[in-house]
Formats: sequence, C-alpha cells, structure tokens
Amino acid sequence: MRWLRRNVIVIAGLATLAYLILPNVVVMVFSFNKPNGRFNYSWQRFSTDAWQDPCGVADMCGSLSLSLQIATWATLGATVLGTMIAFALVRYRFRARGAINSLIFLPMAMPEVVMAASLLTLFLNLGAQLGFWTILIAHIMFCLSFVVTAVKARVMSMDPRLEEAARDLYAGPFQTFVRVTLPIAAPGIVAGALLAFALSFDDFIITNFNAGSTVTFPMFVWGSAQRGTPVQINVIGTAMFVIAVVVVVAGQLVANRRGNSAKA
Amino acid sequence: MSALTEAPEAADLPVRKASVRKRLVPYWLLVPGLLWLVVFFALPMVYQASTSVQTGSLEKGYQVTWHFQTYWDAFKEYYPQFVRSLLYAGTATVLCLLLGYPLAYLIAFKAGRWRNVILVLVIAPFFTSFLIRTLAWKTILADGGPVVHTLNSLHVLDVTSWLGFTEGDRVLATPMAVVCGLTYNFLPFMILPLYTSLERIDSRLHEAAGDLYATPATTFRKVTFPLSMPGVVSGTLLTFIPASGDYVNAELLGSTDQKMVGNVIQSQFLRVLDYPTAAALSFILMAIVLVMVTVYIRRAGTEDLV
Repeated sequence: MRWLRRNVIVIAGLATLAYLILPNVVVMVFSFNKPNGRFNYSWQRFSTDAWQDPCGVADMCGSLSLSLQIATWATLGATVLGTMIAFALVRYRFRARGAINSLIFLPMAMPEVVMAASLLTLFLNLGAQLGFWTILIAHIMFCLSFVVTAVKARVMSMDPRLEEAARDLYAGPFQTFVRVTLPIAAPGIVAGALLAFALSFDDFIITNFNAGSTVTFPMFVWGSAQRGTPVQINVIGTAMFVIAVVVVVAGQLVANRRGNSAKA
Repeated sequence: MSALTEAPEAADLPVRKASVRKRLVPYWLLVPGLLWLVVFFALPMVYQASTSVQTGSLEKGYQVTWHFQTYWDAFKEYYPQFVRSLLYAGTATVLCLLLGYPLAYLIAFKAGRWRNVILVLVIAPFFTSFLIRTLAWKTILADGGPVVHTLNSLHVLDVTSWLGFTEGDRVLATPMAVVCGLTYNFLPFMILPLYTSLERIDSRLHEAAGDLYATPATTFRKVTFPLSMPGVVSGTLLTFIPASGDYVNAELLGSTDQKMVGNVIQSQFLRVLDYPTAAALSFILMAIVLVMVTVYIRRAGTEDLV
C-alpha cells in the first residue's frame, strides 16, 4: 500500500504512456489481420498477405509518394524561409519586430479549419487550379511558424562571442556563417525541418480544403474510412512508426557518440 | 543579443555605407518568408471576411452587399455545434492536463536513463498518420470489444449513460468516443510543453521545500505546480485551439449527434458550397477562440508567451 502511494505518479504516467501507444499497437497487430469484409476493424485470422503486397491497393502507393514529395518540398521551403526569419528576429533590432512576431505566432494559434477555409476562398477568388501547387503553398505556410519557433529557440541560446572570435581570426562574413554560425544552429534547424516534414506529411484538414481532386495519403485514408480500410494502410502506419523510432534512436546514438568524443 | 547593431559606427564614409547595407540585412532575411505569410495567411483572411458579407448564388455569382445578417443566421442555426465544440475541446483539454501531467512529471524527474526512450515513445506516434491512429480507436472501442465489455461489467457504462456521455452499451458514436479521440490526438501537445517547463525547475527547490518540512503534496502545490505554469498555459492552448476546430474525431468516432463546428464549416464549404455561411461560421469560431485565449492568457498572467 505504501509502495503504491509512493509510486502513484510513476503508475499514472505509465498508464498515460500506454494510452498513447495503444493505437499504434492496434495498428501493428491489425496489419497482420485477414479481414472478412471491407472493414479491418475486427480480428479474423493471422496473415502476412498485406506485408507481402503493400502496394496491392489501387492508388494507395501513388498517394503515399505524392505525400512524400509534397512533404519534402514543403520542408525545404519552410526551413529556408523560416531559418532566415528566425535569424533576423533574434540577431537584429528593427522596427515592427513585435508585429512580425505576432504575425508568425498567429498561424499556430488559429484553428486549422479557419486557415484552410480562408485559403480556399483566396484560391477560389483567384480562380487557381486546386492541386499539387495549392497544397504545397498551404503546407509551406503553416509549417513556417513552427520552423521559426524551433530555430529561434536555438539561435537565442547561441553565444554571439563565438562569431566575434571567428571574425577576430580574420574569417570573412561568409566563412563565419558557414563554419561557425550554421553548425551551431544546425540542431535547431534540423528539429524545425523534422517538425515541418511530420506536419506536412500528416496534414489532413488544410489539405482536404485545398487539394481539389488530388489525393494525398491522409486523404486516401480518409476516403477509405468510408469505403472500407484495406489492411495495407496498417502496414504503412506500422512501417512509418518503426522508421521514425529507428531514425530517432539512431540520431540519439550519433549525438551521444559525438558528445562523448567531444568530451574526451 | 543586439551586439551586431549596437557596435559603434566609425566616422569615415566607406564604412558608413557598408553599415547602411548592413542595416538592410534583416529586411532581406525577412521579406521572402513574411511575403509568404502575408499573401497566403493574412490576405486569405481578408478574402474570407469579404466572402462572409456577400450574397448571391453559385450560378449567378456573389457580390459584396455587407449582408451581416449571415453571421446572425449562421450562429442561430449552428450554435449547438459551437457549444458542443467548446465543451468537447474544453473537456479534452482538462483530461489532457490530468493525464499528461503525471507523464511529463515522470519524464522530467523520475525517468532517469529511460527519459529519452519515453520521449521517443511520446513523439513517435506522430509519424503514424493521425487518421490511421484515430481509426484504430474504432477497433479499440468497438461494440462488444474488450474495452466496452470491461466497462460494462464494471457498470461504468450505466453511470456514463445516465450522465449522457454514452448510450446503452455502446461507446462508439457517443460523446465519450469523440472526447476520447480528441484527448488522445492532442495529448502530446500537452505533454511536451509541460515537460519543458518542469525540466527547467531547479531540483534544489524541492530539497529546500523538504528541508522546510513541506510534505510532498505541499511541495507540489506551492513549488512545482506554480513553476510549471508556463507549460500548463501553452499546453492547454496547444490542445484547446486545434481541438475546437477539429472535425476528424467527430466524423470518425461520433455520429450525426456529435457534429462539431468544424464539421459544419467543412460541409458548408466542400459539399453545400454555401461560401458566405461557411466564411461567417469560420470567423465566428476564430473570434470565439481569440477572445477566450486572450482572456485566459491575461488571467494566467503569462503574457511573455508570444
């Protein structure tokens, strides 16, 4: 009883963690299911069919590769634009800084559906063709603020004296930036880019409004929820989860090794 | 921080010229990104404002007629959905705080060398498309499934049905399912800010509280919780705002009786094609959220969030 009381936080925390992971476990288990009808919601029997033929569903892998393409370009665009803004905001004092800060904060503080709807009214008024480009424009827009926030946090904790030291040692502005500034800011930029990729790849609400008849992977999942979800969707979900865990763990290991060799 | 700009300027002309160019650097850095936000975030809001006061039809075209009546009509017709959205989002936010706090506390103070493992497990689900994970809740909460069976045999569902959270011996297609999905989907947005602010707390403060004969509960109430307020505020905002506009959970886990305002905006825009009503609805939602957030931030007393 006393043990229980002393560990109540640990138990509650682990229960929450279980709540967070449970759907992933279900997705994983049901990727080995052989459903009886169109819907993959109840367990029938074990089968590895879906894993052997992950692209066996019409249009699914096409939507997946489209989502990956959009996420890649959106990440690139948002990271470049966002990093530039973050540097300007942290390193320079100028007028309208407060206004710019709120302009960047607003997209994160607005229900997605409001942004999605307003962007659609713009595209409708301009008579733009909805599709790849409108999705990409929208994704860069909502990823931008998150990149700025991530990079800003890192640049703010940077010691400007390191750059002064580089200049004292006769490094030019370009050399200082590439050899000193960028490497120090890199973890923030990488974090921002990863966030942008995940947000873009997973976005449904804004894409749903601005995609026209183009189908990204989340939109394919949405559509299939009505028609019947193929098991392959669980295969992709499981694979993404496993890849993410492997990438993060590998990144941790590399960072640890670097940290250790730096200390040595 | 401003060492670059406050550097004393030399008197001779060439250097001066260079410093003028230097003064333009921040603007060159800002222009591309800001232009993007102005054209694709701010300008659309203007277009939407204009759409909301237009009248007309799809066939004949729309004209700006300053028809503010649309706002009133839209609100009158859909206020149940507004109330429901705020109730669901509010409940989900409170549940996220109650569930997320112990886990954030565990990661910050008790996890030791497991810290990074648990953090990865909190973030990694993000990479499995959230639609797939939300669909998984359909399996978990399925009629006659283990969860419903357990809740039923513990007579929990009798109580929740009486309260109106569930119906009979079902959980799916009830308010409880939608709130459960919302809580699940936005929980990481609560845990991460909480963890960041808890991690910053100096552990010597806990020792000091203990030395002054504070019980663990008192230490939590007087030291830990107040110091974690920035995390609580940003966590609650990061869960409440997106949850209030969400329509995926209500669509996948609820029935027509659990439609939220996001569902209405989506169907007015993409199915009914009544653009003025849809625009008015989304502006009303934005106004409600902005007012609530402003009042909340004032009350919570942390204005240095932005």
